[in-house]
Formats: sequence, structure tokens, C-alpha cells
Amino acid sequence: MTDKTMTAQEVVSRLESGMTLGIGGWGSRRKPMALVRALLRSEITDLTVVSYGGPDVGMLAAAGRIRKLVAAFATLDSIPLEPHYRAARERGALELMEIDEAMFLWGLHAAANRLPFLPVRTGIGSDVMRVNPGLRTVTSPYDDGETLLAMPALRLDAALVHVNRADRRGNGQYLGPDPYFDDLFCAAAETAYVSCERIVDTAELTKEAAPQTLLIPRHTVTGVVEAPNGAHFTSCAPDYTRDETFQKHYATAPWPGFAERFLGEDEHAYRSAVRAWHEEGK
Amino acid sequence: MNPTPPPTRAEYCVLACAEAWRGAGEILASPMGLIPSIGARLARHTFAPDLLLTDGEATLVDADGNAEGWLPYRRHLTLVTGGRRHVMMGASQIDRHGNQNIACVGDWAKPSRQLLGVRGAPVNTLNNPTSYWIPRHSRRVFVERVDMVCGVGHDRAARHPETARFHHLARVVSDLGVFDFATPDRSMRVASLHPGVTVEQVREATGFELTIPAEVPQTRAPTPEELRLVREVIDPANTREREVRI
Repeated sequence: MTDKTMTAQEVVSRLESGMTLGIGGWGSRRKPMALVRALLRSEITDLTVVSYGGPDVGMLAAAGRIRKLVAAFATLDSIPLEPHYRAARERGALELMEIDEAMFLWGLHAAANRLPFLPVRTGIGSDVMRVNPGLRTVTSPYDDGETLLAMPALRLDAALVHVNRADRRGNGQYLGPDPYFDDLFCAAAETAYVSCERIVDTAELTKEAAPQTLLIPRHTVTGVVEAPNGAHFTSCAPDYTRDETFQKHYATAPWPGFAERFLGEDEHAYRSAVRAWHEEGK
Repeated sequence: MNPTPPPTRAEYCVLACAEAWRGAGEILASPMGLIPSIGARLARHTFAPDLLLTDGEATLVDADGNAEGWLPYRRHLTLVTGGRRHVMMGASQIDRHGNQNIACVGDWAKPSRQLLGVRGAPVNTLNNPTSYWIPRHSRRVFVERVDMVCGVGHDRAARHPETARFHHLARVVSDLGVFDFATPDRSMRVASLHPGVTVEQVREATGFELTIPAEVPQTRAPTPEELRLVREVIDPANTREREVRI
């Protein structure tokens, strides 16, 4: 049996500047924040980030690590606009491939299926075509003759996702209501790193949960990281909800001070800093 | 017994949104924003009993909030392309042909204001009926030309007749009235005005020329039963008055 457990630092040691990185979750939900924080502690930069964007995008953009973003939005959900991403866009700090949510999904599907593209009825008529001059259309070879968008595969060098449970082999389980697209991110990537709230024995995964909660199959996974509270401050249902007061602080604090106070040297330092911050607010 | 207070502007808006789903059948109502959400639930309770509603997350719920189905984002996106949905979206900008922008203000390459991003607007408008809800009707929103076309309007859809064969912009509801595209060139027309709103007021608040019929109807008033449902069952906390204050 292959034991794929590793630390967040070990994951980051396998990543390189210039890579295309897919980040799972959605908005401010089940984001692999412990892995993103580890990335922020490294020197890795010049990234192409592919994400249904939340604070992962905001933090990496604020820290100047993103050369190019592939996204349909960036939001903190309860705070509709991601302020650090917004600031980065308004100072022209990153290149953007702005596509819609469906194009994004089909791009991941194409990559996971080793296809160069998949046709989808979207984009045409909208300014998505204007701001992505590289996009091509394809004509249906059947009687309808419809023109569709040929969404190029979103092939990823690496994927980072966070789930509720995993075993040491890399089988990942989600226990919340929405899988988002985390399994697709893993399948679309050369290497995939799954952080989880808790690593458990394989048999324990289905002791109380149905087998269809086993979202991520181990053959698509390179490394597993046990990261309790690893999605903080985003939500990780049903283990915890979003830390709204801390998110608000993140959204309003100037980035350099926030990064200095909270990133620390590892997740232990991060957790104590957050605890101390909450104590001050009481 | 005290007489029932007359419907407020917010309640007219709720009703005007609800009407978007009249006769829609067994499809998903996707309301964005408070007033459309109350409207969708009102429609479900009254004249559109087969509508599907979500809890705002991944669960389909009946009128009482009981789970009746599973709709995570990936299935939601399939449902969009399958067409069995009528979405009511917001708009940061909208033009006379119904092109809608929620992405950014100013030059896309370096926007003066970065907004949400295109989100699902391009796929929505090509695949399922789409309406818009605008809580503050103004020249900043109703513009001559939008800075980034996210939702596809009638002029652009007309250039792609095959791809846009399912394109259907149903209505635009604002705090001033209801607007549709029932004109020869499919540009925006006043369908009805809420009580107390004048044609002059709407003209003043709109940055392009609207088609205004000779006789402008008034938005239908909620029936006593509809009003009771809104006030006592769907929104007893009166959150609707926070979104529209007139």
C-alpha cells in the first residue's frame, strides 16, 4: 500500500514557479487554505491560477504570486466582492482569462478526458469572446449546424483541494452538501494534493457515510495532507462554518500587516495567531 | 379589526418578479437577490405550483422548505444548459437591447471598478429564460452601452440565430416598473409602471431611449391572499422593505 501522506511544506516543495495551479472549492467555501498559506510562505510565484475564486485568489493576488488568473468570478460569498483580488485587477497587477462558470466546468472536463476541447453553448455573443481573442468556435457536424464554443482543456500542472476526510492512500471524502468540482480538478491535473480535516483508516470512511461521499479517487491523487481546520476561514460543512468575523478582518485589513501577523511560520503559528485575534475581540 | 395596509412599492416589486415565473411549469426558479427570492416563493405558493426552488445551497426544497432534491453546482450548470430554468439576475449595467454587465466598470483590461466577474451570465442567456432585477433604477445602471457584455442582449443574439435559438429575455423589473422587449427591434419597452411612478420619472432615470406605449399600464396589485402570503408566510420579518425603500 502506498502511503501518500505528507506535510503542506512537502507539497509546496514539489511545486514550482510558473506552474498552472488549479484550486478547488467555490468562493469562500471549502478552499484548501492551509495549502494556500503554505504556498504563501514559500517563494513560489509567476503562477497561473485556475479557480472558482475566493480568498485563495485574493491572497495569492495580494502577495503578487499570480501572473495569470483563469476564473469566472472571485467572491467571499457573505462579502460579495473579493477586495484584494479587486485591488489587484484595478492596478492591472495580473493577466485574466475571464470565462463563465460553464466554460470553466467544460474546460476541466476536457482536461480530465484528455480532449483538446469540448463544445459548449456559451460565450458566443458575449464579450467573453472579445476579451479572450484566442477562443475558437466549432460547427456541429450534424444536421443542426449549430456554432458552439470550443472550450479549450484547462490542463493543470497541479491541483490543490480540501475535503473532510481522506485515507493514507488518497481516497478523499466530502461530507457537506456540495462536491463543488474537486474531483475534476484532481482528474484534470498532472499531480493533485488533497488536504483533509482528518486522515482515517479506509474502513472508517464508509462506516457512517454512504460510498458516494467518496468524491476523490486515489489514482488521481499524489499527496494527502492532514490539515485540521485547513479550510479556515472558509466553510467546511459539516465540520465548521465560515469564520465570518475573521473573514471580515481579512477583507478590511491591509494585506502586508495581515500577512505578517497571521501567516507565521506554519499552521500552528497561524492557528495561535487567529486564536489570539479572537481573544482580543471578546 | 384594522384594515390591511395597502401594498408597498417593495410588494409591487415582489409581485412583478413573481409574474416572471407564471406558467413556467416544472422548471427551476433561480432568483438572485431578496425581492426575486420572495417573488419566486410567492409564485410557487400561488400560480406556479410546479416550480422547483433551492435553499440557496445544494438542496431543492418545497414551499415549506422540505428537501425534495439535490442540486449542487455541477448539476445546476447542467440544468442551465438543459434549459429547464428561469433565472432572475442582477445587473450593474444594462442597455436597451438587454445586454447586461456584472463584470467590471471601465476598460476591461484595467477596470476602474472590478465587480463580480461574468459568472454564469453568458451561459444563462444562451440556454434558459433570463430576467433581471434592478433595485435602484438609475442612469448608472440603465446605460447606453455596457462596459462588458456578460448577459447577451437581443441585438447580439440576433447575430447568432443558431447558437442563440434558446435565447429568451423575459423581463426587467426595477423599483420603478416592469420592462420587456416587445418592440420590432427587440429593444426595451415600458410594460407597466408601479403605482406613483410617472413616465417622466422613468425617462429621467434611464440613460437610453425607452419605448413608451401610448397607454402605460400599472403593475398589477397583489391580491389580498398574495399579500397575506408575502407578509405572514414568506417574509414575516419584512426584509423586502430593506431592498426597496419608497
